[in-house]
Amino acid sequence: MQGIWKKLLSTTMVVGVVLGVVLWGGFNWAMELTNTESFCISCHEMKNNVYEEYTNTIHYMNRSGVRATCPDCHVPKEWVHKVVRKIQASKELYHHFMGTIDTREKFLKKRGELAVNVWKAMKATDSRECRNCHGETYMDFDKQEERAAERHEEAFDKGMTCIDCHKGIAHELPKGWKELAKKNGLMPTAETTPAQ
Amino acid sequence: MRKIIVLGPAAAFLVGGSMLAMAEIKSLRGDRPLDAPPEPPKKARVISKTGGFGRQWKTQPPLIPHKIDKERISLDENSCLRCHAPDTYKAEKAPMISKTHFTDPNNPSDANLMRGRWFCYQCHVPQVNAKPLVENLFSKTAD
Repeated sequence: MQGIWKKLLSTTMVVGVVLGVVLWGGFNWAMELTNTESFCISCHEMKNNVYEEYTNTIHYMNRSGVRATCPDCHVPKEWVHKVVRKIQASKELYHHFMGTIDTREKFLKKRGELAVNVWKAMKATDSRECRNCHGETYMDFDKQEERAAERHEEAFDKGMTCIDCHKGIAHELPKGWKELAKKNGLMPTAETTPAQ
Repeated sequence: MRKIIVLGPAAAFLVGGSMLAMAEIKSLRGDRPLDAPPEPPKKARVISKTGGFGRQWKTQPPLIPHKIDKERISLDENSCLRCHAPDTYKAEKAPMISKTHFTDPNNPSDANLMRGRWFCYQCHVPQVNAKPLVENLFSKTAD
C-alpha cells in the first residue's frame, strides 16, 4: 500500500514540475511574443499611424543604432506592472475589432484622448519606462547643451518627470495638444518650472 | 587708321584677358569629368551657439542657433512653440516669437499666431560651419 502512495506522489511531482515548466514557460513565451514591435505593427492602426510617425524620430534611428521599440516605452519591464498592462490591452483588442480607429481620420479625431491617456499614465508612474534607459543619476550634464543641462538640473530638483516636457518625442502631437495638456494638469506650470 | 591702332591692342588685351580668366574658372563641381561621380561634399554640422548669432542686417529674420532635426511643423503641430510661444518662452528661457507675427500683437497667444507665419523655417534657418562655395565680400551692415 505504502509503495503505491510513494509512486503516486513521485509521479504527481514529476508531472507537476513538467506541467509547471510547460505552462509557465508557455505563458511567458506568449507574453514576450506580444511584446515585440512586429506584433504591435501587425495591426494596421499601429503600422500606419503611430509607427509610421515613430520612424522619423530619434528612438527609431540615430547615430549609435540603439533603438527603443514600442514595448520599451509602452509596456513596463517589471512583471506585475507588465501583466496589469497586458490585461488593460484587452480593451485595445476590443477597439481593434470594433474598428474604432481603423482610418486615419478616425485616428486623428481620437488622437487627443489617446495621447492624454499615455501622458497621464507616464506622469503617474514618474515616467518609469523612460527611466529604464534614461537614468537621472547617470545623466552627464557636462555633455549636454548648456540650456538643456540647466533645465534638466532644475527640473530634477523640482521633482518634475520626463513627460512633463518631453511630449510628442516619438509620435506627432495631437491638434491643440498644449490646451489638452493644460486642461489635464500635464503641462509644467509656474510652480513646477524654475523661477526666472 | 588711328582708331585701329588704339582699338587693336585694346581688343587683343580684352580677348587675351578673358581667355586667361576662362582658364581660371572652375565649376563648383571641381575639375572632374562629367562621367565621374562628384566628390561628396564635406558634412557640415549645425552650430549651437548660446545667445544666438545676432542680426547681419536690420531686418534679417533671426537665425536659429541650435539643431532643428527633431522639430516638426505640420498643419496641426508646431514643435517650435514648445519653447518659443508666449506662454512657454519664459520657463524655457527662449526668445519669444516676434509680436509682429500675431494678429493681436498686444495679446499674443498660440491661438492668434498668423497662419502665414506658421512655417518658421521659411525665414528662420540654422547655420552650419561650412565654407562658402564662392568667396565673397559680404559683411555685416552697421548696427
